[in-house]
Amino acid sequence: MNPASLFNALPGAVAQGLIWGIMSIGVYITYKVLDLADLTVDGSMATGGAVCIMLMLNDWNVFLALLCAMAAGMLAGLITGLFHTKMGIPAILAGILTQLSLYSLNLAVMDFKANQGINVTKYQLLVSQRNVRTLDLSNPIFITLLVLALVIGVLYWFFGTETGCSLRATGANEAMARAQGINTKRAKILGLMISNGIVALSSAMLAHYQGFVDVNMGRGAIVIGLAAVIISEVIFGKLFRNFALKLLAVAVGAVLYFLVIQVVLWLGLNTNLLKLLSALIVAVFLGIPYWRANLAARHPRKGGKEHA
Amino acid sequence: MLEINNVRKTFNARTVNERVALNDITLRLEDRDFVTVIGGNGAGKSTLLNAVAGVWPVESGSIVLDGTDITSLPEHKRAALLGRVFQDPMMGTAASMQIEENLALAARRGQKRTLRPGITREERARYRDMLAELGLGLEDRMTAKVGLLSGGQRQALTLLMATLKKPKLLLLDEHTAALDPRTAAKVLELSERIIQENKLMTLMVTHNMKDAIRYGNRLIMMNEGRVILDISGEEKKKLTIELLMNAFARASGETFVNDRMLLG
Ligand SMILES: Nc1ncnc2c1ncn2[C@@H]1O[C@H](COP(=O)(O)OP(=O)(O)OP(=O)(O)O)[C@@H](O)[C@H]1O
Ligand SMILES: [Mg+2]
Repeated sequence: MNPASLFNALPGAVAQGLIWGIMSIGVYITYKVLDLADLTVDGSMATGGAVCIMLMLNDWNVFLALLCAMAAGMLAGLITGLFHTKMGIPAILAGILTQLSLYSLNLAVMDFKANQGINVTKYQLLVSQRNVRTLDLSNPIFITLLVLALVIGVLYWFFGTETGCSLRATGANEAMARAQGINTKRAKILGLMISNGIVALSSAMLAHYQGFVDVNMGRGAIVIGLAAVIISEVIFGKLFRNFALKLLAVAVGAVLYFLVIQVVLWLGLNTNLLKLLSALIVAVFLGIPYWRANLAARHPRKGGKEHA
Repeated sequence: MLEINNVRKTFNARTVNERVALNDITLRLEDRDFVTVIGGNGAGKSTLLNAVAGVWPVESGSIVLDGTDITSLPEHKRAALLGRVFQDPMMGTAASMQIEENLALAARRGQKRTLRPGITREERARYRDMLAELGLGLEDRMTAKVGLLSGGQRQALTLLMATLKKPKLLLLDEHTAALDPRTAAKVLELSERIIQENKLMTLMVTHNMKDAIRYGNRLIMMNEGRVILDISGEEKKKLTIELLMNAFARASGETFVNDRMLLG
């Protein structure tokens, strides 16, 4: 347990946290804005990387490859949305079905190999682990922050538009949204597409960062995303009311998550137990509002929050 | 004009819980009709309003509003023609959105939602005036989340949202039932004012017989999915609770034993 080794690992944890922060923003859109638990992300968190890396290996331009990765993610979201709205499959199950089919599709994209590497020196990558300690513009932390700002900016604008407001209304109160003439099915499909497009972007960046894409790299992504969302709410929930700041808080939540993981690993936890730990932590935090409500119901305070 | 022709709705068809909620009901409303709807629990009042709103498809019959056959139109498309206020104050507004955002959503009912701003500055000014007219002090809380409002404030806001874009038909389903008597009276008066000012065709369900008699130009009573009594004009003005109860007994062949309805 050498403090220097922990210190050395921190920039990497921050970079990874920021990349996963972009993914977590995607999760935030479905889970918080649309009030849907979308498990597609475990699949699309590999799809983006697979599409992007394979296209680049075929000499595509890096930005074009990134765009295609996002489009592939949006397509995955579209499929889940159609399963859910046109076939009446519950959202969770719809996401699981897409996620499962994505496993095969991702393998197919990757020429049926479980992973595909990409050489940093031969290809122009957007971000790379190799530069995580360099102090110039090629630093992945810097570049990821730029992408993050762009994503937050676009989302902030979008959710202020008429269409964006209709998505928020759908998540807030579906019956009311329909009564106000909003096509809630379409809103959900659109939200799932946007979310998974962002997840795929994050996936592509993660593949760049680590220098390879792995068919299993999205496993447990939803849990990481939820962890980031929950951490952000616990820490910044009362503080940030502006939508852009809330999205930023989610990214910060992801960074904190990776920092904690780094510390836990440094303390000597077996890497293989990480997912167990994450799942338990998220379960506890998801349970807190429920326990709180139960407690409040049992010990009602006089003149509580009711304004009626 | 609203024409409901032989509309039938069965819940849980072909199960032990089968229940004919609308039994080939026929009803016609003129443009200026303000109709109060009464009837016992399970008479089919909410089902009638939901059928018109398109919450689910009906089995047979047709619903024509202002010359448009809306029988098979999806709910969000009919919404362009309808204003709705529900019994549950939670149902008509988005609690996690601001007051002005809720109004802006309602102002776009029946329009295509584009990538233009969800709310503009001119709108804000207009909403401020409208809220000020309610006299509830909401004009100073336009960016407050609706979840912070009381039930009465929420119903008043929902009423405003339902009529912001003038609907062809206003559907009020016991929209004051969850409020305390004083607030209920206020919201009812507000409803009447809005209906008169905008000359709205209205269906208002209520459990309060006094209100049913006092408001509107026409009163219908429902029982077992049908209209069993339809009183309008001069006859309605002369109505009393006693007359209404006798009429019910005659029309249904039962005596009137619904506690909730006697409360009025
Ligand atoms: N979604 C539903 N699923 C199954 N049965 C339903 C549903 N909605 C209504 N019903 C049944 O249809 C019948 C008519 O119900 P409805 O809600 O229209 O009555 P109502 O006149 O509005 O009564 P209340 O005064 O209690 O509001 C009742 O027997 C009710 O149980
Ligand atoms: Mg009812």
